[in-house]
Amino acid sequence: MAPLVNIEGLRVAFGGVPVLRGVDLTLGKGEALGLVGESGSGKSVTWLAALGLLPRHAKVSGSVSLDGREILGAPASLLDQIRGGRVAMIFQDPASALNPVLTIRKQLCEALALHRDLSGKTVKAEALRLLNLVGIPDAARRLAAYPHEFSGGQVQRIMIAMALAGNPDLLIADEPTTALDATIQAQILELLSTVRREMGMAMVLISHDLGVVAENCDRVAVMYAGRIVEQAPANQLFADPVHPYAQGLIGALPPLDGPRRRLTAIPGTVPDPAHMPRGCAFAPRCVFAAEPCGLAAPSLAPIADDRAVACIRAEASRRALLGIAAE
Amino acid sequence: MSALLVEVSSISRSYSMRSGMFGRSTAVHAVDGVSLTIPKGDTLGLVGESGSGKSTTGRIVLGLEPPDRGEVRFDGKPMAILGTPAWRAQRARMQMIFQDPLGALDRRLPVATQIREPLDIHGLGASAEREDRVRELLRAVELTPAHGGRYPGALSGGQRQRIVLARALATKPDFLVCDEPVSALDVSIQAQVVNLLCDLQAQLGLTLLFISHDLRVVRQISNVVAVMYLGRIVEVGSADDLFARPEHPYTQALVSASPAPGRRSAGRIVLAGDPPNPAARPQGCAFHPRCPRAIARCASEVPVLSSVGGGRQVACHLVTGPRAETRDAA
Repeated sequence: MAPLVNIEGLRVAFGGVPVLRGVDLTLGKGEALGLVGESGSGKSVTWLAALGLLPRHAKVSGSVSLDGREILGAPASLLDQIRGGRVAMIFQDPASALNPVLTIRKQLCEALALHRDLSGKTVKAEALRLLNLVGIPDAARRLAAYPHEFSGGQVQRIMIAMALAGNPDLLIADEPTTALDATIQAQILELLSTVRREMGMAMVLISHDLGVVAENCDRVAVMYAGRIVEQAPANQLFADPVHPYAQGLIGALPPLDGPRRRLTAIPGTVPDPAHMPRGCAFAPRCVFAAEPCGLAAPSLAPIADDRAVACIRAEASRRALLGIAAE
Repeated sequence: MSALLVEVSSISRSYSMRSGMFGRSTAVHAVDGVSLTIPKGDTLGLVGESGSGKSTTGRIVLGLEPPDRGEVRFDGKPMAILGTPAWRAQRARMQMIFQDPLGALDRRLPVATQIREPLDIHGLGASAEREDRVRELLRAVELTPAHGGRYPGALSGGQRQRIVLARALATKPDFLVCDEPVSALDVSIQAQVVNLLCDLQAQLGLTLLFISHDLRVVRQISNVVAVMYLGRIVEVGSADDLFARPEHPYTQALVSASPAPGRRSAGRIVLAGDPPNPAARPQGCAFHPRCPRAIARCASEVPVLSSVGGGRQVACHLVTGPRAETRDAA
């Protein structure tokens, strides 16, 4: 099956400082992909760059195709159809994404008129349907309300309704529940998975929370310092992480049941993008680092069906498996 | 059982809030009849969602705010009156750490100067000794004396939180209130700070009140955990037991809502509705409008926090009597 989105060698630099250093990623139709990593690893920048949403001084190169059509550097007229139409995005802080002086009806209808070419009665009926779909109680009356009259969880529901207005093929959810309380987070994640199932929509879930990603995605990509270091089906990644950084992230998470153990913290901090170490960016923090790690950055190589890792140790073990190392 | 360092007995605190310019002012009960005890050297975890009153409880325990009703006793003595010399002496024995280390530090001062400040304020040690103490504190939080010369802006988030911790430890306190100390940190850095806190607590015999919305971190660090909902404590129990077998329907939902790698969301309890506004708290049990098991009695009668055996206390009409033998045995 042809992928919905194909990203190849995507690079982004701000003022000569590289923040994205060659990202390759594919996303199938209807697939849920999780993107995890610490702040500054490039999770959000990947998608902002792909959709042409970065400021003009950002230097972007590589290739991003949607349904086989190149969209990186595409003319604004094409991008305007894609953004909010075929690809929608929701963010961590929903309140700042809504206009505080317009009613919810006005804002929903605007999105519908723009992307679905609806008007008159149909647009109002569709706005009501969307608000009902995302579970806003008493939707007909609440359409006339302003954003401040809703709670944080409800505002995120409204943002999801607006994202759905264009019947998108792909929803990019950038930390959609980070600002919400635990019980509300559970509600929003459930809503997202229901909507995705019903509409057959693909989703990219960007989060720093491994648990959130593990439970809501089919496949997970782990990012570190502007690159993908491991990619695997969600259940396999958490059961058996291969890259030392992925192992570290999972080891650093305190368990909620079973015996308490000392957390295996990853020493040091994320490297400064302006002074990236030579070779593997994770080597200075890696307990397994050896001399070859400092020579060249390992590339993301497949180690099994649907699994890829960027680590020389993984490459070595794969070679051993294939009997290449003997030569 | 070892002696109690902190005893909080039925403290309440309400604020008046006016709705609109001409609106009637209403009382917001931030904390309502909260009682807690923390034995010396133990950690009490306080969990709850925003608006549950956990931070206000922390502020009252520290004496930053007086309670409207109830009393806080520290090391057997009642809290001294704010601003008196007795209060100052008591305050040197208790310190706090908050979520945002950058907000807690002065950006225009080198961090070593800021670690030294409490020593100057409380007049501890001679000048040269204070310098030594600063270096010792930097090492205690696993930083080097070279870090001391830097400004907060030149340090990472995890390093800043270590500086705040070093400053809090400067006066050799017995008691530390940590309000969401690792919530703003990335998970790998969070683990470093949590491990450091555990180590320092063991070395220095600190007593902690650890406030957080993150159940995992709270379980990792606490002996006993109290769950708050809208200003009241709804359940108290030993950390491992509470999260393994929550009894209160709210705790059950909270534990179930905590996402775990390797577990799909099947069987999750998803609560309906939003956490209610503290200014318009429901009658009876504050949780009843969202409770999947609520009965008629819940809407009229406030459940009292009572012991159900096994060191567990629950405030729920549906959880009564001693827990089953098998559970106590676990």
